[in-house]
Amino acid sequence: MVTLGDYLIVSGILFAIGFAGVMLRRNLIIILMSLELMLNAANLSLVAFSRFRVQPMGLPDYNVQVFVFFIITVAAAEVAVGLAIIVALYRARQTTDVNDIKSLRF
Amino acid sequence: MNSLLPWCSLLLPLVSAIAITLFTHRSRALSSFISIGAVLGSFVCSCLIFTRHGISAREFNWIDFVGVFRVPFGFVLDNLSKTMLVLVSGVGSLIHIYSLGYMRDDEGKSRYFAALSLFMFAMLGIVLSNNFVMLFVFWELVGFTSYVLIGHWFERDAAADAAKKAFITTRIGDFGFMLGILMVWAATGSVVFAEIAPRLSTVTSHPAFLTTAALLIFCGAVGKSAQFPLHVWLPDAMEGPTPVSALIHAATMVAAGVYMLVRVGFIIQASQAALLVIAWIGTITAMLAALIATQQNDIKRILAYSTLSQLGYMVMAVGLASNEAAMFHLFTHAFFKALLFLAAGSVIVMLHHEQNIWKMGGLSRNLPITFLTFGAGALALIGCPPFSGFFSKDAILAVAYERNMPIFVVGLLTAFLTAFYVIRLFVVVFFGKARSEIARKSNESPAVMTGPLIALAFLATLGGFAFFARNFLVLPLEKNIALFVPALAIIALVLGSGLAITLYHNRKSERFDIELFRRLFYFNEFYSWLINWTQEFLARISAFCDRWIIDAGVVGGTSGGTWGIGALLRLVQGGNLQAYLFLFGLGIVTLIYFAVFH
Repeated sequence: MVTLGDYLIVSGILFAIGFAGVMLRRNLIIILMSLELMLNAANLSLVAFSRFRVQPMGLPDYNVQVFVFFIITVAAAEVAVGLAIIVALYRARQTTDVNDIKSLRF
Repeated sequence: MNSLLPWCSLLLPLVSAIAITLFTHRSRALSSFISIGAVLGSFVCSCLIFTRHGISAREFNWIDFVGVFRVPFGFVLDNLSKTMLVLVSGVGSLIHIYSLGYMRDDEGKSRYFAALSLFMFAMLGIVLSNNFVMLFVFWELVGFTSYVLIGHWFERDAAADAAKKAFITTRIGDFGFMLGILMVWAATGSVVFAEIAPRLSTVTSHPAFLTTAALLIFCGAVGKSAQFPLHVWLPDAMEGPTPVSALIHAATMVAAGVYMLVRVGFIIQASQAALLVIAWIGTITAMLAALIATQQNDIKRILAYSTLSQLGYMVMAVGLASNEAAMFHLFTHAFFKALLFLAAGSVIVMLHHEQNIWKMGGLSRNLPITFLTFGAGALALIGCPPFSGFFSKDAILAVAYERNMPIFVVGLLTAFLTAFYVIRLFVVVFFGKARSEIARKSNESPAVMTGPLIALAFLATLGGFAFFARNFLVLPLEKNIALFVPALAIIALVLGSGLAITLYHNRKSERFDIELFRRLFYFNEFYSWLINWTQEFLARISAFCDRWIIDAGVVGGTSGGTWGIGALLRLVQGGNLQAYLFLFGLGIVTLIYFAVFH
């Protein structure tokens, strides 16, 4: 029997992997991918909560599952914007390494 | 009518001062007549008060915080204040008239008479006050007018400096006086003399408190009556016009300290320690001033030191718990010292403001009236038998003989010195040959100046007779010490005068040069050094505060602190995206930790 705890552990592992990716990798695209991973970890936990929150008639709470679709849609739009920025940056600087982007640094 | 008399007596001079200042400043003659009229009116009122019995003035509440602090504006009318009233307004009247001659051609005559009137107001206020606060207000007002009058010729640096010196020095004493008043108020809850007296028993169980309060009050008298160690201002105050020296710095204001001590005698006499200190301060002042006077060459300064010396006698009498003797001497001293100063003023004016006694000489022929009156004053001052000073000084010496032998011995020695320096002055100024051209050609002063001299000479001569003085004062013990004390006093007198006559008759210049006395025991040097040192010390402290606390601490600290925090924060803000993220994550984890586990 898969419990809520199992889902949350998977979600936590995914989030940790994503966070580590954002923190440790230098490539902007991979950072963006790791970000998506963290986002989806959050989605996963949200869906799990919805599944295990049983309504009076024995059905799960579908409101949240609908909400997750919205999040996925918004995330897709966000990725589009993010990728566009990265492309623009690459055109300007010929790099996607975060350490090379330092014109605003002290 | 009767209840208005004290008010008239007090307020007439004030009205005159205001009128002169506001309206008649331009007309010098009118101003002087207003002032003289006011003081004469005041004198008449005082005489009426003195002769009538049962006069009481209405008093009203000036400050009244119910139950906490009440200051009435009321008068005390007993024998003591009545006597002082007549004395002050009487001597004041004579000196006002004399001023008419002395200040004849002075540019600032209006200002002079306005200040003189204001002084009369303040002095009468001191005499009449029935509580400490009122007394203190008038006390300060007297100090202020003294300042104005010493600095009357303010364009002369010496006069301006002397005025400042007098004001500041007396302020030191007045500060103590104020503290003393506060202590008495704190202990008894009242500032009115009549109310303090019965409540004093609550304090007498704390002798240290009482002694401190009494000595602090005495501080006021030390400043005002120029006692050691605050005596330095009085000789310098001679820079003022001579009538001012006579009125304020000899006859009345400096005696106000003694009057005040007598007025609050019930507080002082409750503490034996305070009495002893007061007696010795008086004795030291008397001796010190007499020693200095033997080596002075300025006619007014010699008189100033003799004033110090005589004030010392009065304070000595207060300290010996003999208020009567103190008041008696105050009374006779006011006459003969005013007389001496006015006679000296007559000499000075006729010699075109020459004050050095070694440039005078032989004036007995040219200024006969001045000579005779000065002689009467001098004999009274040294205590020659028929003159007033003999009786009063004898009274003090008799008290000293009874109560404190060492003080008596010093007092007797001072009497000897007094005779010596006064006769020295007298011989050098009036006998021998004229030592300068001006002295040779001098002649007698006008009647407006000699008139008051003659009047004062009579008073100085007769003022000591018991039948005369008894009307005013409760006289001290009858001569139950037989003839011993007066005999000793007369021996001291004869020795002193004889020595002075043999040493100084027909001399052209000073015989001795005792630098210690001539330089006034180095008091001025010592005070300059002290003030210098204090100033330097305070300046160093302020410089330290400014440099290290304000500049380095507050200003430098703020800027340095901001800079340092900025430098630290700059390290964190390295621009590394992932470092930010790491810190961000760390922050969230910490937050969660605290939110969940605490």
